[in-house]
Formats: sequence, C-alpha cells, structure tokens
Amino acid sequence: MPYKKVSPADVEYFKRVTAADRVFVGDEINDDFTHDEMTEYGKYAPEVVIEVLNSEETSLIMRYAYENNIPVTPRGSGTGLCGGAVALYGGILLSLAKMNKILEIDEENLTVTAEPGVLLMELAKAVAEKELFYPPDPGEKTATIGGNVMTNAGGMRAVKYGVTRDYVRGLEVVLPDGELLQIGGKVDKNSSGYSLKDLFVGSEGTLGIVTKLILKLLPLPKKTISLLAPFPGISHCIKTVPVLFKAKLAPTAVEFMERDVIEASEKYLGKPFPDKSAHAYLLLTFDGNTTEEVVKEGDRAAEVLIKAGALDVFIADTEERLATIWTARGAFLEAIKSSTTQMDECDVVVPLSQVANFIQYVDGLRDRRQIRIESFGHAGDGNIHIYLCKDDLSDEQWRAGRDRVMQLLYDKAAELGGQVSGEHGIGHAKRAYLAASIGERSMMLNKGIKQIFDPKNLLNPGKICY
Amino acid sequence: MKIIVCIKQVPATSNVEIDPATGVLKREGAESKMNPYDLYALETALRLKEKAGGSVTTVTMGPPQAEAVIKESFILGADEGYVFSDRKFAGSDVLATAYTLAQGIRILGDFDLIICGKQTTDGDTAQVGPEVAEFLGIPHVTWVRAIREVTEGGIVVEQDLGTSFVTAELKFPALITVEKEIYQPRLPSYRRKLQTAGKQGKFFSFSDFADDDEEKYGLRGSATQVERIFPPEINQDRILWDGDAALVANKIYALLKGKNFI
Repeated sequence: MPYKKVSPADVEYFKRVTAADRVFVGDEINDDFTHDEMTEYGKYAPEVVIEVLNSEETSLIMRYAYENNIPVTPRGSGTGLCGGAVALYGGILLSLAKMNKILEIDEENLTVTAEPGVLLMELAKAVAEKELFYPPDPGEKTATIGGNVMTNAGGMRAVKYGVTRDYVRGLEVVLPDGELLQIGGKVDKNSSGYSLKDLFVGSEGTLGIVTKLILKLLPLPKKTISLLAPFPGISHCIKTVPVLFKAKLAPTAVEFMERDVIEASEKYLGKPFPDKSAHAYLLLTFDGNTTEEVVKEGDRAAEVLIKAGALDVFIADTEERLATIWTARGAFLEAIKSSTTQMDECDVVVPLSQVANFIQYVDGLRDRRQIRIESFGHAGDGNIHIYLCKDDLSDEQWRAGRDRVMQLLYDKAAELGGQVSGEHGIGHAKRAYLAASIGERSMMLNKGIKQIFDPKNLLNPGKICY
Repeated sequence: MKIIVCIKQVPATSNVEIDPATGVLKREGAESKMNPYDLYALETALRLKEKAGGSVTTVTMGPPQAEAVIKESFILGADEGYVFSDRKFAGSDVLATAYTLAQGIRILGDFDLIICGKQTTDGDTAQVGPEVAEFLGIPHVTWVRAIREVTEGGIVVEQDLGTSFVTAELKFPALITVEKEIYQPRLPSYRRKLQTAGKQGKFFSFSDFADDDEEKYGLRGSATQVERIFPPEINQDRILWDGDAALVANKIYALLKGKNFI
C-alpha cells in the first residue's frame, strides 16, 4: 500500500498540535536528519521533521499519521549505526530529542523515570550524584536513553551487569493508532503474561514510540580499577579471556584493542596512550566499595594474566589514569572513522568460547583481502566490532570487497553459533543478514509481531523485518 | 645523571570536602594519591635516565603515610626515595616547605637536576619548585614543555610562557618544573609492583638537618598564614526562556545589555 505524501494541509495540522517552530519542511530540514552515524548506508530525506515535547503531541501526530497513512520514523540523537532512525520512505521524522527531562529518581525503589530524549551521559551523571548507578555503558554517551532502549544497547559493562534490557522496568508507549499504553512499572519482578516490555526493548521504533521509561538502578560502586595487559599478539590476547572467567574473576569490562586502533585514537584525540609496546591489549575493569577490595581483585587478575602470558599488567587506579585509557577507548569508533574515506562495520556476537576463533579468522582475512580491517570490542561478552575501511580503494573495489568480506564475517559468526548484532541493532542495513541468519520461520514470527502492533506498517518502515 | 624528583601526596579526589566550621580540608578517611603533576616530573626523570643513564631519587615532605607516594615512585621506576617527616614541619606554607625540601636535598649530596611538577592539585601555588632552587642557589626554569637535549654538564629545555616558547640552557646543578605535555606518564606496572614490594622509603627528620633553627620550619617558618580555605563558589543560577527565537533573542539581548556585558 503506497504511503500518502505529506501535504501543506498536513503540515498545518502538525504545527497546530505542536508549535510552528518545531515543524520543519523542505530546506528547513537539517541534513543531519537524513542519516545516522553511518552515511555509508545512504541518505533519506524525511518530508517533515517534527520535534515533540510530550506524549500528547506524539499521540495526536501518530493518530493523524495512522488515519492518513503517513509513515513515521522516531528518532533520538541519530547516533545509530545501522540506519535505524532514518526515514527510508519519507513521511514524518519524529524527533524525541527535546523530551529530555529526568522526571524522578526514586531512592526507595531504586528507579529513575525519564523521558526518552535524555542523553545517556546525563542520566548516568544525574543518578551518580545520588550515589546510584545505571550500569549499561555503551561507548556513545551522547545517544539518547530512548535510543538505547530501542536498540537494546549493550556497552562495556555487559560482562558483569548485563545490557539495557536488564534495566528496563516500565514503559509508556504511543501505539501506531495513537493510543497511549503503560507497560510494566517500578516492579522488580513480573510474570504477568507475555512480556510486552521486552518486545518493545530492541524493537527500533517499529512497534510503538516510547515516551517515558522507568529504569532500574543499583547502588553506585565507590571504587574502580582498570588493568591494561599487553600481549605479543591478538590471538594470545583473546585466548586469555576464558581463563579469567575460569579463575572466577568478575570484571565489569573486558575489552580488547590492537596497536593500530590505539594509534588511530592517539592521532584523533591528540593525546598519547600510556603504552604502545605491544601488538594487542586486554583492558579489564573491576569495581567494588573499598580500595582494598578492588586492589586485591586487581592483583589476583594480574597474577592470572601474567600466568597466561601477558607481558606485564599496567594499573590504572586514579581518575587521571583511568581517563587516559578510557578516553582513548571511547574514541576508537570516531578515530577509525576519521582515519579513512569510508567505513562499514559489523557488530556480531559469538559465544565467549568462540571469540578467539572468530578474531583469528578476521586476522587471517586481513592478510588475504585488500581491504583494511580494524577491530576492537567487548572480548568479555563476545560482541566484536569489525570495521572495514575504504582508504584509497575505488568505489567499485570498495563495494565488491566490502560485500565479500561482510558476507564472510557473518557466515563465520553463524558457523560459530553467533548472532548478527550484539548491540547496534538491525535497522535497514542488516536486514538481509538477519533474514539469512535467523531463517524463514523466525522471520515470519517477527513479521507477525510487527503486524499485530502496526498493521498498516507505518512505524519506521523498512527496518528489522519489513 | 643524578636526578631528584620532588613529589607530594594529595587527596585522591578533586571533590574534597572542607569543614565549614574550621575551614580546613577534611583529610581523615579521604583517599590520597601522588600529585598528578608530579607524575609528569617523574616520567621526565625516568626518560632522561633511560637516555643518559644515572639514577632517579624521589623526595617528599609530609606525615609518615606520605611514604605511600615514594613506594609508588619505586613501582614507576625510581631508584631511591626519601620522606622528610617531623612534627616540627607541620603547618608549613610554601616557603617553609621549600626550605625543608632544600635542607633534605642537601643531605643527599651532589645532584645534577631537580625536577618538580608544575604545581599541586591541592595547593595550586606553583611556588615550591622555584623556591627550592633559590634556597639551593641553583638556576631554574619553570613551565618546561620539552627537553631539547642533554649537553655536557647541562640541559636545553623549552619553556612555555603562554604566548611564546623560550629555549633555555641550564648548567647543572639546576631545577626545572614541567608541564603536562612533556611526556605521557607511564602506568604502574604489576611486575615492578612485585619487584619493589619490600622496598621502603628512607626517613629524615628535623634532627638530621644541618640547619637546626626551628624558626625556619613548619608554622613558625611560614611567611604566610592561611586565614580561611573555602571552595570556589559554584553559581548554577539559570534563566530558561522558551518560545519564539526572535523574542528569546531579544530577551537575551536585553538581559546582557542591562548587565552592561554588551
């Protein structure tokens, strides 16, 4: 069914129910709204951009879109990596970025209630001021919390604390026909029927528009220590990860990085990294409530690392030392991006026991393919980010090489029991890989779910399964 | 080259609480660390030693627990370390601190170069380094951002004066204070932590010093008295206007104009 084009009369209506200065058409639409972080996946201009301030406005627009058959793409900061928040079919791009209030920090129930446009870094800071802790820690701190929930973002602390999904307790959602729905609440447990909440988490704005979130918090751990362990080579480095878990260590983060990427981040940030003597590094973090506790755990981990072949173990035990390492780690993606002409990425996740095999495979591809491959990621949860860089390749060479290597990567991940996306989502860019990976029956079930929520396929069409 | 590095133990966090009644820093229970600026001084010393040979000695003045930063300097690569500690040193201002350090350094014998951090994070005065040099009667250059070369009997450094760089040659013995961009400080190594586990700092007290004039040390030797320490005022007042861009712009203009900012 073809969608209706947005007419001047529609725009008038949108201005009436919101405000004239929050509705943008034509040249007023900033180019940023035509893509996310991955311009590689194309630019798609929405017909109208509307900034909403509350659920009532969202509901009125959604109802109007439903009655008039206009597609709606919800969007936060636009920091996604799979083309999830771009208006593939034009229509309305609904920006929730201005719904950015933290409504309540409940210190008795240990929850925070927030609007979807609150930035991850703002949320983490606000709760930390009350000695509370929102554990999910994706690299992109300027992402909105709504976007994090919609992609089920993971991040660095997933090893110990899990992912965004594990912290979502309740949602307020505007359904495609405009109806406002409350799901879940401040409760810690919930066995009351199918978990609609969990269907919305990771749905990338295809089932409903989240206008309020209730998230679970933990008491803030008071002390943090990081260990940086240099290894002679990447495979040796990765093979050490299962040894850590076998030793019953409980790090909050286990990241791996290679010298190439470290050097790219030094160049990007203009700040030197404290050590570059080795080819590959493992970065571990431990948290706790006393210095003694974290130092003891750090020492125990250092013993295990050295026994497993680490050349040394460097200790980051002060704000400044932690900052030098983690600022670099936080800049890896942008650093790789700025080091090349064009980039594509894959965000597969494999079982922990297969991480070494997968990385070894990637390393092998490096030698055989004429395409620069960089990788880093969450060695502790099996989620590996691999970046293909175009550099000086011609458009043809790039497209052919990229598609071939991507296919090899997804095939290998599948062979090892992995999944297409660990935390970035599917968007429109990874749809084919998802379909191939989960198979026809699962795809049909996905489509069935989408049908029930959004029979007219108006919400973020062209994403995940449609 | 024999290098001495002056280091200091400071509170671990920048959010130090101040007792509102006494105006004194609440140090009890507060964690401590090596002054971050001193890490750059120590790194400079270690790089010079790696290049030109010699030894690196760290010195600090403080209560006995200040030995912790000396031990940390061993982990980072220092060869020897000294703590100048005595109740008579308590309450020292920058002048008395510099005098104490200079007296302590005299006990250690000949040296080529003293390196200090630019300043401390708990005092921010940046005066102790130059004052130590004056008391020892040696030349000094502050704000050193790069070591150009080590010459026969001296060193060529680049100083950052904010609006210009100055290249200066110093004859040993000399003192420099270094800026953050000089070298990236290394992280403590676990292997060295094990190797240096039993190594202790050596203590010197008032009775070890050549000058036994008590009027030059501690509170009595201080030329300045601290009347009150208070955190800088944080002003978080804000006015939020919403609405039409042109109207809001006019309001901002009127406000700034009213306050004579424009």
